[in-house]
Amino acid sequence: MAVLVIADHDGSTVRDSTNKTVTAALALSSDVDILVVGSGAKAAADAAARITGVRKVLLAESGELGHQLAEAVTATVVALAAGYDAFLSPASMDGKNFMPRIAAKLDVAPISEIVEVVAADTFVRPIYAGNALETIQSSDAKKVITVRPTAFVPAADGGSAPVETVAGSDAGKAAFVGEEMVKSDRPELGAAKIVVSGGRALGSAEEFHAVMDPLADKLGAAVGASRAAVDAGYAPNDYQVGQTGKVVAPGLYIAIGISGAIQHLAGMKDSKIIVAINKDADAPIFQVADFGIVGDYKTVVPELMAALG
Amino acid sequence: MKVLVPVKRVIDYNVKARVKADQTGVDLANVKMSMNPFDEIAVEEAVRLKEGKEHHAAGTATEIVVVSIGVTQAQETIRTALAMGADRGILIQSDADLEPLAVAKLLAAVVAEEKPDLVLMGKQSIDGDNNAVGQMLAALLDWPQATFAAKIEIAGGTARVTREVDGGNQTLSATLPAVITVDLRLNTPRYASLPNIMKAKKKEIAMKAVADYGVDTANRLTVVKVTAPPTRSAGIKVADAAELVSKLKTAGAL
Repeated sequence: MAVLVIADHDGSTVRDSTNKTVTAALALSSDVDILVVGSGAKAAADAAARITGVRKVLLAESGELGHQLAEAVTATVVALAAGYDAFLSPASMDGKNFMPRIAAKLDVAPISEIVEVVAADTFVRPIYAGNALETIQSSDAKKVITVRPTAFVPAADGGSAPVETVAGSDAGKAAFVGEEMVKSDRPELGAAKIVVSGGRALGSAEEFHAVMDPLADKLGAAVGASRAAVDAGYAPNDYQVGQTGKVVAPGLYIAIGISGAIQHLAGMKDSKIIVAINKDADAPIFQVADFGIVGDYKTVVPELMAALG
Repeated sequence: MKVLVPVKRVIDYNVKARVKADQTGVDLANVKMSMNPFDEIAVEEAVRLKEGKEHHAAGTATEIVVVSIGVTQAQETIRTALAMGADRGILIQSDADLEPLAVAKLLAAVVAEEKPDLVLMGKQSIDGDNNAVGQMLAALLDWPQATFAAKIEIAGGTARVTREVDGGNQTLSATLPAVITVDLRLNTPRYASLPNIMKAKKKEIAMKAVADYGVDTANRLTVVKVTAPPTRSAGIKVADAAELVSKLKTAGAL
């Protein structure tokens, strides 16, 4: 069987999530191609060609594809569908946007955010925000799958696959108007290796930023928040980690003044190491924390800043 | 403008889902059920489009139809939406756990009947977590899609949607009809007032069956098993920040 991985890239290089998706694809078949859709994305295609284990890279370009618009990406992939048995993309916001559209056009049941490949037709995926794991077997001739990047190791660079140009659709149903990317030196919440999250205990928006921002900068971490902190207006909505916010799985997650409501735990319990700082020794967050400090963040965080040097 | 809002009855987001001992699924017996939180946001936005709240012109939406596919008790979910301000409901009764593709096909059939100008719906349900139905419905209808909406502006038959993407926002413009799926930042849903809850009891809910729509709803996926994720055990308490940093360095986390 042949597998097509639709790359997540920034035009000049492929994101790490693409390497991780290639690892998942190689568990399905050794015939793995990568499709780079974009505009002026030759450098990204060349980067994709260096991923070990890739057979060839297809580059499809058009103006609409430069913005990863779902309608154009779908038309481009569907035109290539006859040559492939499975289509994989990282479960990025873009992948989540266009993969189900591709699945519907192919009359296939999409399989979202797999965390394990059991067999070429059988996969494990979290449901109920990770409170259960579902093993499902697909009877569709073609599979359309998104991959949760945090569950797979990245395929290494070291290959030299050929790059071919294929037709890129500009069949736009929706038109791109503009974009506003957050200009921050901090890593993105969903991709950060370290996340520091604040809860309602911080008491105000001013205090939230005064405590969390310097700590995040010192650690090179992204800042998250509990729903309680977001609902209270201490942190913007896109900081929210939890069942209805972002699901994160960094190497280190530091929860400050977060009690650990079910819906918050659902969003971070797959983190490698969890640290909890809370003055309530009975807070549920300590039940999932590898390291806990019972104490007031007002004294513990400055001490932590000092200990980090 | 007529707006169709699909809603789903799911486990309440404050309840911890527990896997059944026989690994066939999640135990929903005697568990509190509520409207999917993202669907509540979609209903709220539809009602604001009708009322002219926030930046919307009053009467942007003229009729709000809510549709649910599920068990008989999903009527309660529809009633909640009616109490928030939707005009009427449709329940397509089904005891089966339909997959997103089947749901999208049923909704496409409802769209063919109701002819809405806009389908406004949650980006995903918090049970199956597929995040697929809106995109699939747009594909089946060959309509534009704008997923993960953080802001919606509608004027002159065009929707301008600011959507959440990795690292920021993207703004799209789409000619209606279109499918818009909503994300958390769009709004904060209201609580229905008692008078509105009373009024909602008199609003119409049309009861339908899956067979009424003549679409193929066969499952494509077989659930082999549903298991609990590996549990985390509580770790250790450390005395102070200095000990924490040394432990984190030993563990390779810093």
